[in-house]
Amino acid sequence: MQNLLLIVLVPLLGFFISGVFGKKLPETITGWISSLAVLVSFVLSFMLFTKLSADPTTVKQFLFTFLSVGDLNIAFELQADRLTVIMMMVITGIGFLIHVYSIAYMHGDEGFYKFFAYLNLFIFNMLILVMGANFLMLFFGWEGVGLCSYLLIGFWYSNLDYGKAARKAFVMNRIGDLGLLLGLFLIIYQFGSLDYDIVFAKAAAAQFKPAVLTAICILLFVGAMGKSAQIPLYTWLPDAMAGPTPVSALIHAATMVTAGIYLVVRCHVMFDFSIPARELILYIGLATSILAALIGLKQNDIKKVLAYSTVSQLGLMFIALGVGAYTAAMFHLLTHAFFKALLFLGSGSVIHAMGGEQDIRKMGGLKKAMPITYWTFLLGTLAICGFPLFSGFFSKDEILAEVFAHNPIVWFLAVGSALITCIYMLRVFVVTFLGGFRGTEDQKHHLHESPALITVPLLVLSVLAVFGGLLNIPALFGEGFSGKLTHWLEPVLGHAEHPHLAVGTQWMLLAVAVSTLVIAFIYVRMRYVKGGTVPEVDADQQGAGKLLANKFYVDEIYGTAITEPVNTTGEGLYKWVDRKIIDGLVNGTGKATGMFSNILGKMQTGNIENYLLYMVIGIIIIVGFNLFK
Amino acid sequence: MELILIPIITGIIAALSGKWSKWVAIVGSLAGLVITAIWLSKFNADGSFNFVFDRVWFSKAIHFKTGADGISMVLLLLTNILSPMIVLAAANKHNTDKAALFGLIVIMQGALNGVFLSMDGIMFYIFWELALIPVYFICALWGENNRFVTTLKFFIYTFVGSLAMLASLIYLYSLMPEGSFDYQALVNVALNETQAKWIGAGFLLAFAVKIPLLPLHSWQPDTYTEAPTAGTMLLSAIMLKMGLYGLIRWFFPLVPEAIGFYTPIIIAAGVLGVLYGALIAIRQDDMKRLVAFSSLSHVGLIAAGIATLSTTGIQGGILQMFNHGINVFGLFLAIDIIQSRAGTRNLQHLGGIAKQAPYLAVGFMLVMLATAAVPFTNGFPGELLLLKAVFTKNAIWGVFAGITIILCAVYMFRMYQFSMFGTAKNGIYLFPDLNMREKLLFGVLVIIIISAGVFPQYLLDLCGPSVDKTIKIIENTVGVIS
Repeated sequence: MQNLLLIVLVPLLGFFISGVFGKKLPETITGWISSLAVLVSFVLSFMLFTKLSADPTTVKQFLFTFLSVGDLNIAFELQADRLTVIMMMVITGIGFLIHVYSIAYMHGDEGFYKFFAYLNLFIFNMLILVMGANFLMLFFGWEGVGLCSYLLIGFWYSNLDYGKAARKAFVMNRIGDLGLLLGLFLIIYQFGSLDYDIVFAKAAAAQFKPAVLTAICILLFVGAMGKSAQIPLYTWLPDAMAGPTPVSALIHAATMVTAGIYLVVRCHVMFDFSIPARELILYIGLATSILAALIGLKQNDIKKVLAYSTVSQLGLMFIALGVGAYTAAMFHLLTHAFFKALLFLGSGSVIHAMGGEQDIRKMGGLKKAMPITYWTFLLGTLAICGFPLFSGFFSKDEILAEVFAHNPIVWFLAVGSALITCIYMLRVFVVTFLGGFRGTEDQKHHLHESPALITVPLLVLSVLAVFGGLLNIPALFGEGFSGKLTHWLEPVLGHAEHPHLAVGTQWMLLAVAVSTLVIAFIYVRMRYVKGGTVPEVDADQQGAGKLLANKFYVDEIYGTAITEPVNTTGEGLYKWVDRKIIDGLVNGTGKATGMFSNILGKMQTGNIENYLLYMVIGIIIIVGFNLFK
Repeated sequence: MELILIPIITGIIAALSGKWSKWVAIVGSLAGLVITAIWLSKFNADGSFNFVFDRVWFSKAIHFKTGADGISMVLLLLTNILSPMIVLAAANKHNTDKAALFGLIVIMQGALNGVFLSMDGIMFYIFWELALIPVYFICALWGENNRFVTTLKFFIYTFVGSLAMLASLIYLYSLMPEGSFDYQALVNVALNETQAKWIGAGFLLAFAVKIPLLPLHSWQPDTYTEAPTAGTMLLSAIMLKMGLYGLIRWFFPLVPEAIGFYTPIIIAAGVLGVLYGALIAIRQDDMKRLVAFSSLSHVGLIAAGIATLSTTGIQGGILQMFNHGINVFGLFLAIDIIQSRAGTRNLQHLGGIAKQAPYLAVGFMLVMLATAAVPFTNGFPGELLLLKAVFTKNAIWGVFAGITIILCAVYMFRMYQFSMFGTAKNGIYLFPDLNMREKLLFGVLVIIIISAGVFPQYLLDLCGPSVDKTIKIIENTVGVIS
């Protein structure tokens, strides 16, 4: 039997080693111990993968009873099925690459050991999240990854703005967590348990009130909105770019932010029954996808563009979930993990070479100095744009095909979002790597390709980003090797009924996808390659551009509509209600009594301490005397 | 019996033993912990009272009767773990010449043990009052500038409540043909609803002031702020729990006839307190005051959970009483360390401590996370059970109470960031990291926080049967509570 606990514990052990001894150990040793801890988990996950490919039965491991109160019984229990193991391999596999990358990227940082301790702790929590056998374990991991995300966003904590971004992320996530928690309470109320097995069995047998089920699904989705940065809880993710770049790649692109997708896929039995909840997911996903893509058009911080792109891509995955295309969502989750991690790590390599500069307007022409970063970034860009036969091409196409079958108008809008995605990604690529260098002389002097610890993970990820699409090729390209992922997930997701699109329609959809790409190529070529133009200074933005550059002023709106009122309420409650009214009343009563006691006081001498002292002594004597008489 | 007398006697000795005071106090308070540990090893968690000691006291009606069931055991554990730690926390260089301080802490420990062990109404009342006196002296003698006004307010507040409780006890006594203040006898008195309401009012007033429940809390922020840290720790970590304990042990079993009237009031006051305390805490700059309001918020949830009278709510409440005690002690410990080194506890003037004091940064962080109920810490399981209980009782109140998990993150993380992160605001000051004594304290805290967070079932098993029995007592009178 596979020891699931070990997979979880090794990164936790790594956390302890780097956290406790890391300060005294040399950097490389700390870094490699942490990386190897994750590698061990990856190897174990892979062994589990081979086992599950022979026998898809869920592997379970009971640890101990966490809570048993009244009729509520919650265990610490791990499980792994075919869905889990995919997530585990993404978490530990990409996690390992990013650990290795960080050894070079974080070199010389004061908090080097802390960084690796936090990364390992993150891997531990993320594994708990996906490997838990009940909703509470999921919640443990859910909050745990939120905490690690907080710690890593605010990693350079001397900067108060970074700290603020970290707190914003944590608080916004907590808003989602409240939704998730209430969802859990409703699950207990409706199904009497939090165990996946029991809950899903009852749900599958339709033992529920439809309204309650819809409420549960919506509340779970609120949790997903927080973690996976969907409208209205998305604004923390772009700010989270304050964290070191490997963190952005691991947590804010490849793994943690996809937890919401995982949650919905895990609970697909319930979502299958709730059409209103799925419609909500569909439209939230669609709106997020378009809004974030539009904002991405006008951002000039390389990481911010990638962040909005992540929000937008997550929106696309939710669109898939909204139409019930769970496999398609998982497929895109995988390919996105590959190419977005690649793009983030590539941007990290660029930032590293530019001495910390993140503004693409001050870059340009990096192609020559950084060939590996250039080529891998290009592959990543082509993958996200859905260049034919690259990973993003297949996964995006699968989602779009499912959406088309569901609702052509939504499909049309989603294609629009994909078009914008191509434009802003190509724009970033061109402005960063082509043309002439626009940085300072000093930067130019220091420009260099990154060391092997950085470039090797880039190369591995670019292989995945290019070929990842092979995991689930549509049947259109031949029955023999198609639909591997669909087949793999069938024991978990059941045999989904696929929309039967005519072969001609399918080719038409592909043609549309390719033509959007062509449009984007032509536009970017005219605007940025031929024109050689650099994006405008923010202050020069006009009209719609200004609106986009300022991210639709959503942060400002939240500030005015929520943060400020809460603060004012807090202050008002304190100054007026607490101090003036409640305390005032009490003091008033006190004063009245005081006058009365003054009269009494004239008959007495001394102060209250003395009386109290007499009282204590008296009580002690009385107590003792009566007890032992 | 020994849990009451040994600390009180060593406390008096300690107060008189000059420079040896803190050592005597530590030995005395540790003796309490050792006895508690022995009791735990012998404890029979079947819902009955263990270690019963019964002797006629003032008259036949008033006995010196002590005993511990599971609910008492959890609170005894809390009291006797924290008392030595409070002594140790107070044993810093500012307090070297305050012999009486250490003595009073240990006397307090004995009195609190008495409260949690009493099985006689009058005895409960006496210890309830006795517990007030040491902390009163601690605040009045070594508090900050405004200490007299504040302490007097605190004293009058709690004293009025206590007198109301005494009146209720006597009234209840007078209703018996064969008068007795024995716990079981008091429980057995059958009341009509009017009587129950009046008697309940007296008890509730005493308990609500101590907890404190909105709007009877206004002594609390001032007292916490003005009191010396040892006093604040005693008040917030242990003494508040007297009120919550009183609800479970005395209020509901004694006047079950009035629960239909009182439970909605307590739940409403509790949940409103949750929001009220949290909203105010968000804007406080004085760290002590911030924690005072956060405490108001947390105990409000406990009170509301208990008042649901469900197994989940009461057990969650007891669990959270223990864990809130541990965590709030940790918060005040960190604040005390910061204040004594940086010379201020105002968030607007602090910053950048984490860099100079990494051990403090880790310890404070963990306590802060526990307070914010992050999973794997002790703050989580209790809050989960309480929120579930309130939500099940009334979904709307449940959602309101649930907002605490957002607001608590806001004010706790703000406090931590403003004090520990960023850069020092008034130039660079030297901030030495934890010394051995402080490392020991935080080490113990870390162990408790993690182990109680991962294995909460230990404490739940301890109190579970007693909670069931308490609920049964209430249901015997009013029928099954849904």
